[in-house]
Amino acid sequence: MTSGIRFDGVTVRYGDTTVLDALTLTVEPGEVMALLGPSGSGKTTALRTVAGFVTPSAGRVHIGDRDVTDLPPYKRGIGMVVQQYALFPHLRVDENVAFGLKARKHPRAEIPGRVAEALEMTGMGAYARRHPRELSGGQQQRVAIARALAIRPDVLLLDEPLSALDAQLRSGMLAELARLHRELPDVSILYVTHDQVEALTLADRISVMDRARLQDCGTPQELYRRPRTAFTASFVGNANLLPVRVGPDGVDLAGTALKVPVGDAAPGAAATLCVRPHLIGLGEGPNALRGRIAEVQWRGATHRLYVDVDGHRVKADVRELRDTPPLGSEVTLHFAPEDAVLLAAGVNDG
Amino acid sequence: MLVHSRSGRRASWLVFAVLFVPLFAVPLLVIVAASFSTHWSGAFPSGPTTEHYAAAVRGESLQALTTSLVTAVAASLLALTLGTWAALAAAALRGRGRRILDALFVLPLAVPSVVVGLAVLVAFSRPPLLLNGTRWIVILAHTVLVTAFAHQSVSAAIRRLDPMYEQAAAGLGARPSYVLLRVRLPLLLPSLSAAAGLCFALSMGELSATMMLYPPDWTPLPVLVFTATDRGSLFIGSALAVVLMAATLLVLLAVSRIRTKASYR
Repeated sequence: MTSGIRFDGVTVRYGDTTVLDALTLTVEPGEVMALLGPSGSGKTTALRTVAGFVTPSAGRVHIGDRDVTDLPPYKRGIGMVVQQYALFPHLRVDENVAFGLKARKHPRAEIPGRVAEALEMTGMGAYARRHPRELSGGQQQRVAIARALAIRPDVLLLDEPLSALDAQLRSGMLAELARLHRELPDVSILYVTHDQVEALTLADRISVMDRARLQDCGTPQELYRRPRTAFTASFVGNANLLPVRVGPDGVDLAGTALKVPVGDAAPGAAATLCVRPHLIGLGEGPNALRGRIAEVQWRGATHRLYVDVDGHRVKADVRELRDTPPLGSEVTLHFAPEDAVLLAAGVNDG
Repeated sequence: MLVHSRSGRRASWLVFAVLFVPLFAVPLLVIVAASFSTHWSGAFPSGPTTEHYAAAVRGESLQALTTSLVTAVAASLLALTLGTWAALAAAALRGRGRRILDALFVLPLAVPSVVVGLAVLVAFSRPPLLLNGTRWIVILAHTVLVTAFAHQSVSAAIRRLDPMYEQAAAGLGARPSYVLLRVRLPLLLPSLSAAAGLCFALSMGELSATMMLYPPDWTPLPVLVFTATDRGSLFIGSALAVVLMAATLLVLLAVSRIRTKASYR
């Protein structure tokens, strides 16, 4: 049996503060949905309404075809993994994994098999008799995932599961999570993160949240290539956002005419031009932008250039340069017309 | 280390010695010395003997030690149960309810123990609840006196308990009662055993309320120490006091071993 999650106008208020504003969103059965946003955007609150730790002030939450809004957490049949692992320190690894099965009065004889299976799936089979304090952070998180999977939930809630791990472990665990999802294609996963790489890597769809609201929702490709809002463009992929005015067959950036597809934008209207830093090249080309170098950061394989173009700071990621241009020197940048996206107004000089 | 220089460290040891030795060590050492003596006319006790100890672990004295131990264990267990229960209940309440409950349980701390003794005496001297003249009134008074301490330390521990464990358990499908038994109480075990030790030690030394309440067949050891010194038998009283201290200390050590085993991090 598979079931998804449906948020139906879910609002959470604490006094006068609205931390989640009328969230309506459907996670399809078997889908990985990432809730992506900065801290305080309401993404964790949304997850906690599904878990049952936060009661919505308005709206309903459904898991499958069950309305779970008024059910206590223990009746919801979810698996949940949090940033701090929350393994029970007084129980061994296998007892931690068995906890959910015992709590649900699962037939005793089947428990050892299910525990071994869950530990095997997360590669922690050899650590069954250890205590959580004897494990590293990454191992603890694997046990936490095994504990959540042992009860075979229809819905898995992951709340920043990799945030407490260091960068290298994180990319390893990311691959593990992707593999787990391939092995368990029926489990719907709601994955809360502030890290766009995690969201882009794992998710079938991403919901971008900001200031208690859902800003944008789509597949990673849609959000990355064709962001619908300036917030999405800057939060996912850190795009350049330039205030422009729409012309007949392009836009005007402070006097410089640029050729970009304008779609159905009305000539003369204010708009925001969105270009990814890695799609901007150094040197002459179509859509040339002249400016002065304000800052250079070396990032190993690339150089990040900050260039002031007519008072707007443009970020460009170029292949590692042999000779770093001196600060203040004049450079020319260019980008291909098809690499730019025009967004309606809402000028946001990022 | 807080003090780095050698002279500074010496000075802090000196301050420690000046404060600790006369305040804590000397009085206790004097008791121990007196318990082994028959005379005390000069600066130091004299006439070494062990006969007081022979008396202190026989007959009436042994009876009193058992009485004290039984009373203290019973009172501590009752107090721990009541105090933990109340602390858990208060944690589930919010705002005013929690404050009222906490205040009620702190009350015996604010009231002098003589008053608690008097109150218990007055309250239970008439039917239908006639406990006066039985051992139960002593155990009851001790329970009332030490529950406040149990409640205080357990509720402090509950406040420190990270709610994420409870939530993780609930998320895995555990009902609140299962969470309490399998997660919260085990995690609270170190604090519970510390509270039990505290209650036990307090009950072992309780005198003022006990004096008003104890029946002739239920005389705790502190009462015996008091009556012995009161009638002038200083050396016997000292030996009884040392037995009381030793018994208390032994139980506290045993409890702290449980605590070491029960602490997970």
